[in-house]
Amino acid sequence: MGDRGKYLGIVMGLTFASLIMTQQPAIFVGLMMRSYSFITDVGLPDIWVMDPKVQFIDDVKPLQDMKLFRVRGVEGVEWAVPLYKGLIKARLANGNFQTCNVIGLDDASLIGGPPVMLEGRLEDLRRGDAVVVDRDGAVEKLGLPGPDGKPIPLKLGDTLELNDRRAIVVGIGKTTRTFQSQPVVYTTYTRAMLYAPRERKLLSFILVKARPRQDPGALTRRIARATGLAAYTQQDFQKLTYDYFMKNTGIPINFGISVTLGFIVGAAIAGQTFYSFTMENLRQFGVLKAMGAGNGTLLRMILLQAALVGAIGYGLGVGLTSLFGWAMRNTILAFKFPWQLLVYSGLGVTLICMFAALISIRKVIALEPAVVFKG
Amino acid sequence: MSALAVHCRDVIKTYDTGEQKVAALRGIDLDIHTGRLMMLVGPSGCGKTTLISVIAGILDQDSGLCQVFGQDLLHLRQKERLRFRAENIGFVFQAYNLLPTLTAVENAAIPLIINGVKRVEAARRAAAMLDRVGLGDRLGALPAQLSGGQQQRVAIARALVHDPRLIVCDEPTSALDHETGHRVMELLKAIALDERKALVIVTHDARIFEFADGIAHMDDGHIIDLEDTHDAT
Repeated sequence: MGDRGKYLGIVMGLTFASLIMTQQPAIFVGLMMRSYSFITDVGLPDIWVMDPKVQFIDDVKPLQDMKLFRVRGVEGVEWAVPLYKGLIKARLANGNFQTCNVIGLDDASLIGGPPVMLEGRLEDLRRGDAVVVDRDGAVEKLGLPGPDGKPIPLKLGDTLELNDRRAIVVGIGKTTRTFQSQPVVYTTYTRAMLYAPRERKLLSFILVKARPRQDPGALTRRIARATGLAAYTQQDFQKLTYDYFMKNTGIPINFGISVTLGFIVGAAIAGQTFYSFTMENLRQFGVLKAMGAGNGTLLRMILLQAALVGAIGYGLGVGLTSLFGWAMRNTILAFKFPWQLLVYSGLGVTLICMFAALISIRKVIALEPAVVFKG
Repeated sequence: MSALAVHCRDVIKTYDTGEQKVAALRGIDLDIHTGRLMMLVGPSGCGKTTLISVIAGILDQDSGLCQVFGQDLLHLRQKERLRFRAENIGFVFQAYNLLPTLTAVENAAIPLIINGVKRVEAARRAAAMLDRVGLGDRLGALPAQLSGGQQQRVAIARALVHDPRLIVCDEPTSALDHETGHRVMELLKAIALDERKALVIVTHDARIFEFADGIAHMDDGHIIDLEDTHDAT
């Protein structure tokens, strides 16, 4: 009571815990969403068809082109188009090389292109040697060093060499960042076959649209039965990719450790300070007990105090996380702050406050009111 | 017409410290009537604080009978005992024990709030009581902004605000200078005592013995002398 330093200590401990418990998972969620952001960007198809051994979006195991026709023959398929996805080295105008993620789109429909065109038109891909480059790649890795050392972004009309073939930039698109840091270069499927190194099979994925009123889940099973390939709805393919990264990378463990440490440190600071706060005011609790206040009343007092500092610390922590996300909105940092994180971190702070209150409550309940008459 | 406020018979209390047992009360017999101010005096460790704690119902005796207004607190359930204390007993402590973050009026209102009185009404009655103890102009002051004498007057207001029938005071003047202590005792006697109330004060302070109606001299857990300084009823 009346100890501003301790009060600030508790609030800061809870703020720190709340900050760590929201900021780190927000980065984690942002990072994990990047694992399947290419699938999200493609958007239009209901179903992705691929080799049954594919484990995630970047784990491309090429198919024979004839598989496309088998898929088109399955009942319930509105349309099916090919998609090429592969890493190809680009030679820049200054002679440097940069590996690019080349996406080959169906020549007729251009399905699977960047969700937003910032410059040029997607249809311009039908011009000779045309490619569309993603903005981040155009600005960063494909930009040429300027006189002041800063890269000059790639612009419409600039050229690249992909596997010794000329590529002319006809558009700049906006894409969602993925796990892969390479620039994304879109072209037609036919031209991608020319850029890609010679291989017997080059078809990466088959994108399928289900007929109206056709259940996509049922169609995936029908395609799998008919072709022997794996077929996933967009959501299932996102989940497959997400699960792969969750199971096969250390990312969840690293972030889990950070969040756990935040929780433990927050609990330790808040618990210890709250406890010493209570111990220093034990006599005051004794006075209230002597005057007839029951354990229930004192318990509610302690819980109210814990809830109050918890709410303040939680609000500050979440506010700082939001501020962090806002400040980083235009950077490479992955950050996604869904409402579920607010709930989880709120539960975390509540647990810390309950722990802090409980260790104090034990002392207060065991307190003999006769302590008030001791000197 | 005075009545029996406190009735103790053969009250025994022993503290078990683990290594040894310390007998604090060795068979206390004591009656305190309403309208009287009883002082418990004696050297440190003689058992007077233990006795006042048993009388106030905040410490259980090992054996013997201790009734307050006919009620044997030892055999009351915890909830009933809390309720009895909240309604019938007022406390004044040596170190005032005011809550430092609450104002004078908020401190004085605590017993009323414990008794379920609404906050606005509690504040009104606390302010009236503070006015009676001469602190009507310091209602919003924090304890740290008050002198020792003023803090003790807030503590007295807090002890009396809910109109208890038994007021127990632990060394109420020991932290005060002679003049302030005298004023506090005059105040206590003037506003705390009437024909339906009793006042029990534990003290070392011989300067305030003149205010007592009866003095119980204690030593080694016994009442060795019961002195009637005024006519007993």
